[in-house]
Amino acid sequence: MSFIDYIVLMRFEMIALLAIVVLLLMKIFSDGLKPATSLGFVVLSMLALLGAYFITGEGDAFGGMFVVDPLRSLEKCIISFATLLIFLQAHSWLKEQENYLEFCIILLSVLLGMFFLISAGNFLMFFLGLEMATIPLATLVAFDFGRIRSSEGAGKMILLSAFSSAILLFGLSILYGTTGSLDFIEIREAFTGSSLQLMALVFIFSGFAFKISLVPFHLWTADVYEGAPVSVTAFLSVVSKAASVFILITVLTKVFPIAYDSWTPLLVLLSGITMTIGNLFAIRQTNIKRFFAFSSITQAGYILIGVAAASAQSTASVLYFILIYIFSNIGAFTVIALITNRTGKEDIDDYKGLYKTNPLLSIALLLAVFSLAGIPPTAGFFGKLFLLSSGASAGLITLLIVASLNMIVSLYYYLKIAKAMFVDKSGYPIEHFISDNASKIVLVICVAGIIATGFLSAIFEYIYSLTIVL
Amino acid sequence: MNLSLLILIPILTLIGILFVDGKMARVVALGGAILQLALSVFLLFAYMSLTDKSVLAFEETHVWFAQWNINYHIGIDGISMAMILLTSVVLVAGVLVSWNIENKPKEFFFLLVMLASGAFGFFISIDLFTQFFFFELSVIPKYLLIANWGSGRKEYSAMKLSLMLMGGSALVLIGILVLYYYSVLAGSPTFDMQAIAKLGLSPEKQLFAFPFLFVGFGVLSAMFPFHTWAPDGHSSAPTAASMFLAGISMKLGGYGCLRVATWLLPVAAKEYSTYIIVLACIGIFYGAFVTLRQRDIKLMNAYSSVSHCGFVLLGIGMLTKTAMVGAVLQMVSHGVMTALFFAVIGMIYQRTHTRMGDEMGGLMKVMPFLSSVFIIAGLTSLGLPGFSGFVAEMTVFVGAWQVPDLFHRTATILATMSIVVTAVYILRGVGITLWGPIKNAKFENLPDATWNEKMAAGILVLSIIIMGTMPLWLSNMISNTTEVLFGSIIK
Repeated sequence: MSFIDYIVLMRFEMIALLAIVVLLLMKIFSDGLKPATSLGFVVLSMLALLGAYFITGEGDAFGGMFVVDPLRSLEKCIISFATLLIFLQAHSWLKEQENYLEFCIILLSVLLGMFFLISAGNFLMFFLGLEMATIPLATLVAFDFGRIRSSEGAGKMILLSAFSSAILLFGLSILYGTTGSLDFIEIREAFTGSSLQLMALVFIFSGFAFKISLVPFHLWTADVYEGAPVSVTAFLSVVSKAASVFILITVLTKVFPIAYDSWTPLLVLLSGITMTIGNLFAIRQTNIKRFFAFSSITQAGYILIGVAAASAQSTASVLYFILIYIFSNIGAFTVIALITNRTGKEDIDDYKGLYKTNPLLSIALLLAVFSLAGIPPTAGFFGKLFLLSSGASAGLITLLIVASLNMIVSLYYYLKIAKAMFVDKSGYPIEHFISDNASKIVLVICVAGIIATGFLSAIFEYIYSLTIVL
Repeated sequence: MNLSLLILIPILTLIGILFVDGKMARVVALGGAILQLALSVFLLFAYMSLTDKSVLAFEETHVWFAQWNINYHIGIDGISMAMILLTSVVLVAGVLVSWNIENKPKEFFFLLVMLASGAFGFFISIDLFTQFFFFELSVIPKYLLIANWGSGRKEYSAMKLSLMLMGGSALVLIGILVLYYYSVLAGSPTFDMQAIAKLGLSPEKQLFAFPFLFVGFGVLSAMFPFHTWAPDGHSSAPTAASMFLAGISMKLGGYGCLRVATWLLPVAAKEYSTYIIVLACIGIFYGAFVTLRQRDIKLMNAYSSVSHCGFVLLGIGMLTKTAMVGAVLQMVSHGVMTALFFAVIGMIYQRTHTRMGDEMGGLMKVMPFLSSVFIIAGLTSLGLPGFSGFVAEMTVFVGAWQVPDLFHRTATILATMSIVVTAVYILRGVGITLWGPIKNAKFENLPDATWNEKMAAGILVLSIIIMGTMPLWLSNMISNTTEVLFGSIIK
């Protein structure tokens, strides 16, 4: 394998790495760089990442440690796209900060870690990627230096993620002990389904559960989401979750297909509990960031339906749902970021009367919220129904009943946001303001995505064509 | 004849409303509504002139999500044709009634037309997924309509209504997914109703799926004990939204119960018919007696809607051809009648600023036009021959009487007796509000109806009279379809 082949195979990683190195050099050799220049460079490198998707090149490297196939490339492309939106949306907040470049470097390192995580063909690479994606993320949570809650959130996150890594490693070591390998394919061949191995599977799964914030591993989510800067919260709730779900699907279907009958009930149970608990807690939230933290827990519960169904259709539905979720959640967080940075207000009550003063922002937030609730004509309706239909194909009827009933509960609190903006009157509404251009771009992309992704069946068809071959 | 126009015109209207300012929205909305009505009437004649009415007319199929076998599949038959006519009549009247709305007119008309477009899509869809899409589309605008433009406890009512209707649609969703699962088991995954009807599902499967679909749709048609959203929602909603709620949304439920649940799962419908009849009878009686106690004339009509929608369910539960035709006729008749009632109540309220019947009195002297319309609506409601209510209720009763066993006979007799109660509250309501001396001096100089109100009332009254005096074309159209769809179970 020639050097060029490696570069083509690791095209996403190489571009991300190059961008990190250039940013480091920029940090060292140039003082007083304009924020707009930094943003321009970062956006360019992100666009390069998106462009890298169109270079084809599949195979594996390093003895099967690093695997590239079309589906994984698409997954990388999706999270790069989401990260691009985050960079754009963070600009208005970051340009006031001194450490613009550091933020970009750290976020890109997280992304790099996620690339390795997604491409893992071996649990060693998997673990390296996971840690690389987690530890820098904790520093990002702490990026709001002036706020004590920010550091508190970071502390909680690093402690709990160390804890979950330990459990994960314990599971991996049992697996290694019983199969004698860490390679995905070799483990699959040596996997017998003995109770010790199943125990290892449970431990590994709880590591995932922490990252995707499934109940009962969700307790860190609300505090961290509330403490972190809004853009980081958006990243945590969207990209971080997406990458973990992607690799979870790979691990479950590639490594443990034999144990399908063992892990499906586990996933079904967790899915039902996660969406119910997430919903019940979301009802009581008054802080909008905490509110979205719990709503994202609920969404994770829905995603798990697709994971549990484990078919080409369900995998495609999960990817499709996550794509829509990116549009909806980043759209919502962009509005929240704009308002928080402008006024420092974070309570749902502060959004009262927003439609009168900022009609376009309210409509964007309304569409995002309706998409999360799965109300037509937004794309969220399609995303959610496809997940449920894939569950129906697999015959998970009980779970579907729980999920459908949960949609009523979630409608209640999503409507509360709509009510605050459109119905309630406030003595002190948020004043009219003009958003910056970067945020406007993000909002336009998100709103277009929320409206169009559902109707355009070509997008789903494309994702499905990639999942069906595997 | 391109059936997609029925969806396209409302969508274009919506886009049009987006691009005009404030008050111009009403012109666009009215234009769209009239165009839609013209199209519906044209469609009616096109449908009547078809020679073969045993298959879906004007069918259109476009593949949407091939992997799920989800198609944009639309088509109409006699039953959906009747509902389309109803919806477009109510839409025009609803826009006319809200002509002078001051508060955020653009948003108001946008939501109103969106609600109607959901209803149109629902009535013509053959694919369950597409149908559910339109179904949900017509649920959510109601929240914003009631919470923003309503009166009284509007936020509470709007939330209650949305959650209960969402509960209904969640049950429907479960039903649809269960049906999809059955089609997967049968080896041909599909959401298409025609394909599912041909699957020949076993009785156990039908018995499992039926309650989800029927109760889910039943919530929308205010089936006892899931009717509690109706009085709250109707009484708090702005006039046009009340008209849509009772005139169109409740009919989505009835149509779903009949055209989806009963058609796809005939064996289960037969099996569960006893329960349906019992619930329908309770609804009819309970609604009628609660109406007796109301002082608020809007609440009166809301509760009487519960009672009248009971006849729809009764007709479905009886499982005879005549009763089912009666059920559909009742949907149309009640839709127009209740829209008229809510419209005229809204107009009176605008003038008197009270909805309490006993605070009014003598209104006939000051506003003869509105009062006459009120009387016409009332007489339709109590089933006076010559108006649509008589035709519909009579058909249901005749159909119900055709089942000879004791249970069905008892149910029929009980249901028929509720007409007496209806007569009591209607006549008393009319007497208190319209006749006698003028109780409140302020009412002496109230103006009568304006041109838009006259037109709105006129178009609804005209529909009632057409249906009441020459019902045969409508009932023939419906009964053809009923025979085709329910041939296997009707007696």
